[in-house]
Formats: sequence, structure tokens, C-alpha cells
Amino acid sequence: MALLTVNGLGVAIGSVAPLEGISFEARKGEILGLVGESGSGKSLTALAVMGLLGRIGGRISSGSILFDGQELIALSEPAYRHLRGKRIALISQNPMTSLDPIVRIGAQIDQVSRLHLGLSKPAAKARSIDLMQQLRIPDAETLHNAYPHQLSGGMKQRIVIAMALAADPDLIIADEPTTALDVTIQAQIIQIMVDLVRERGLALILITHDMGVVAQACDRVVVLYAGRVAEMNITQAIFASPRHPYTASLIACIPAHDQPEGTLLGIPGTVPGVLSYPPGCRFHPRCAGAMGVCSAEVPVLQSLAPGTVACHLQGMPA
Amino acid sequence: MSALRFLAGVAQTPRGAVSAAVLTVVIACALFAPWLAPYDYAIQNLPGANTPPGATHWMGTDEFGRDLLSRIIHGARTSLSVAITAITISVVAGMTLGAMAGYFGGLFDRVVTAVVDLTWSFPEILIALLLIAIIGTGTTSIIIAISIAYLAQFTRLTRAQVMALRAETYVEATVNLGAGHVHVIFRHLLPNAITPVIVAGMLATGDAIILEATLGFFGLGAQPPTPSWGAMMSSGTAQIFIAPWIILFPGAAIAVTVIAINLFGDALIDALDIRNRLREV
Repeated sequence: MALLTVNGLGVAIGSVAPLEGISFEARKGEILGLVGESGSGKSLTALAVMGLLGRIGGRISSGSILFDGQELIALSEPAYRHLRGKRIALISQNPMTSLDPIVRIGAQIDQVSRLHLGLSKPAAKARSIDLMQQLRIPDAETLHNAYPHQLSGGMKQRIVIAMALAADPDLIIADEPTTALDVTIQAQIIQIMVDLVRERGLALILITHDMGVVAQACDRVVVLYAGRVAEMNITQAIFASPRHPYTASLIACIPAHDQPEGTLLGIPGTVPGVLSYPPGCRFHPRCAGAMGVCSAEVPVLQSLAPGTVACHLQGMPA
Repeated sequence: MSALRFLAGVAQTPRGAVSAAVLTVVIACALFAPWLAPYDYAIQNLPGANTPPGATHWMGTDEFGRDLLSRIIHGARTSLSVAITAITISVVAGMTLGAMAGYFGGLFDRVVTAVVDLTWSFPEILIALLLIAIIGTGTTSIIIAISIAYLAQFTRLTRAQVMALRAETYVEATVNLGAGHVHVIFRHLLPNAITPVIVAGMLATGDAIILEATLGFFGLGAQPPTPSWGAMMSSGTAQIFIAPWIILFPGAAIAVTVIAINLFGDALIDALDIRNRLREV
């Protein structure tokens, strides 16, 4: 059952269209990975769902965003504010700067449940401490009174996650929640988030460029490239048989245990900027299998159970 | 509590210690003037007019035979209460205007900025004189005039702070979780912006004491017989060759107080490490 259905979403900033035709679903109890290189439109998608495009001067130009049966596109700002934090929470990229340096961390978690659930000060505090304990924060009672600078990066990210959970939202969008953390902490934080989804049955959209994180955590994956969906599938299928050459390249870039020195792979070229999107399939200049049609026609998303893919190579006689 | 401990720390630096000691004396004079002053500041004693400083009148007497020391002690009360009240009003109003302009931007910001820049381009004394010409003389009038004269400074400072802070991730993060404008401004932006504004307010209090004295010197401030340092200097000009102490002691009181405030403000700026943030204006 889909909690969030994004259909044909297009975003415009001024006269440029950095995002078009984005479609995907997020379901309760499931982790959806949103992957792609920098500039592919992952964070923009998150801002669009949160109704925060105004922050970067953008707007939704087409499509629909259905959340729990409610159309969000035309939602008024006060109604949206009621939704943010209470039903949909966004965890932003950098835990080091996501906490107000002069407010005690406990108060920062408390204020979310006080705002949305109308809890009293002591009730909010009890709830926050309980949440902190669930997130395996040691000594939660003491840390409730601490200031952000007294915490490590991993602890701060747990606090940020606690803030997102404080009002019991149904959907959490985590925008690269572990990028700023060191590798050992990354795995812990991801595991905490996976456990939360399983225990509470909430929906999680995990935005990342790390295919390792995708393999560890996600149930389904949406691969974005240059503002369009390249491929969508369940995680095992994505890794076992990627159908889009871009997905295949992303997977090929994951370093293996026994990889000899000096053989790390990258994808040649870079994601094109919004102003220089190539015609046809936007990946064709970097694609090894590009054909004549690739630079001429935009590939449509075609259903190929259990997933969908937008590539001219699909449906060709192999 | 930690703010008090911080101030105690500042008072232990050489600059901080000297200025804090002087300020403590001045503030004590203002608070406890009736108990500290050896004589009634208003009682005239014409046979004893223009008595030089000595054992009975430590700072001498003025042209009406009033004890100068008592008048200076009471004058501290006038100067400080006018300056502090005016600057407090100015800081509160300036922070409100600046925060709204910096946060909401748009037309409101442009109007506020234009008005503020316009007043910023005139000296404070000119603005104060203009306002007094409109609203009349007296203590309340000069409080209003001084607070408006310094409004531009705090508005600009707060606006610059808020504009820098509103792009901070932690501000965006609270909006991501549903916080409204009021919450963002009062719980996150203003508390983070307040430190440099407080220090600027402290330094402006020194300037405001001079401005109050200047207006008093012109006879626009507190009306006689209420002692004000500026008015005392003014009456001393006529006696400057016969009784120079009448103009010297109030002048010294102003200079010492203002220097102490500036030194203490400077020590605060260094202790808080906010020299750069003050320069953003």
C-alpha cells in the first residue's frame, strides 16, 4: 500500500527544468533508496515532496504528489507546516550543523513533540529521553541537558533522527544521513534507521549516492540521472541484473574486497548541468552502448517486471 | 549563571578590571544617589557660591552655592537612566525591525533598509535635534530622540546577523520539521544574533551619555533643578575663569564614565571573539 505516490513530477527553477517526469512510490514498512550522482536531482525531489522548493526559488511545474490520499501540490503553506515534522519528516544532510549550537539538545527534540503533539514540557522531555534510549544513545538523561558541541558526529546524527521521530511521522525522508560520518558510524546509523522502519512500520526514503548503503538497507531503489528516473526495481534485482547502463556503471564502481590496487572504477564524464542537458537520453554521452536513437529520442519508462527502466537498449533483440 | 561567571572572567583582565571598577562606582552613584550625596543637590547657598574644592565641599560649589559632588552623583542618575532607557528601547525596536527585515526580505526589507540607510547617513546629534524640535524638550523627549537616533545601528546589525543565520542548516532543519516563523525568529535566530547586538548596545550607551550631555548642554534635556552633567557644564561656561571646577568635574565625570564603558565593551568584544561579526554592519 503506497503512502506516498509521486507521479510525473516536474520542477522548474525560473526557466530551467532540473527535474522532470519523476515517478515513484514509498510504502509503509519499506525503505526506498533514491540514488544517483551529485546533481541528479535527489535532494530536489525531497524538497519538492516537503513543499520547500521556495527555499531555492523553485516550483512544481507538473505532476502530482499524493500523500496518504491527499494531493500536496496545491497545499497551502500553513497546511504544509502542519504536515512537516508531524507526518513527513526530513532529515537533512549534515548532522554537524543541523543542531542549534546554543540550544540544549533535549530542548531541540522536545520542541518538535511540543509543537505537533501539544505535549507539556515534562511529557515532552520523558518522550525525548525514551526516544534517545531507543536510538541507543548512552546516558540519555544527562545528554538531554548537553549542548551540541559536546557530542560526536554520530551522536549528533542520532539526535537529528530523534528530532525527526519526535512527532511520530509516517514518512521520513533522509537526505544522505550518513555522508558526513565516518564509515564505522555510518553502518550503525543505517542499522538504527532500518530497525526503526521495521519496528514502527514507517516509510523511509533514503537518499544516497552510496550503493553500499543501498545494498545494506533498501528494499527498492529508484535510480535518478540528470533529473529523470533511469531505473526502478527491487534491490536484489538492481544488483543482480541492472537494466540501465547507468545503474550497471554505478554498481561496477563499488570497490570489492579483493580488488587489486589501482583498479578503482569511475564512470567517465560527469552529470551534465541543468543548462546543458543533452537531447534524447541524457546518459548517452557517457554510455558505452549508445546508439543513434539514444541521442534523438527520449526513452520512456517501460515496465519490465519487477521494475521499470528508461533505456532504448531494453526491448532490443539481445 | 554562566553569563555572570563570564562577566566575572572579563573583569579579571586588566582592562576589564579597571573599567568594571569605575562602572561599579558610577552605577552605585546612580542607584544610591540620595544616600551617597553629602548634601541636598538643590539647596542653594548664595554666600557660599563658587567655593573652590576643599574639605567641606570636595568638588567645590557652583554659582548658586550648591554642592558640586552631590550634583554630580545625582547627575549620574540622570545620565545613566536616560542613556540606558533610550538604548534599551532602541535595541528592542532595532532587533525587531532588523529581524523581520532580514527574515522576510522583500518589499518590507527594502523599505526598512532605505529608511535606515537614510538616517544612518546623518550624525546622531542631528537626528536627535530634529526630533526634539518636533516633539519638544524634557527627559521623555530626549529619551525618545536618542532611541530613534541609534535605531539604525541595531536594525542594520540584527538584519545582517539574521540574514547570515537564516541560511544555517539548523534553521532550515527546524523548518523541515514544521516550525513556523515566530518559532524560528524567537527561538533560533534572535538568540544566536543577540551577542553582538548586546555589545553594540553597551558601546552605544557610552555614546548616548555624550549625546544626553550635549542635549543637556543646550538646555534641551532634564529641566532644572534636576542635575544633569551636560547642563552643569553649560552653566559652568559662564564661570570658567572664576570657578573652572564647575565645568571641569562634570566633564571629567562624563569622560571617565564613557571611557570605562568603551573599555569594558572592548574587553567584552575580545572575550566573546565577535570583532568580525560587529564589522559586518
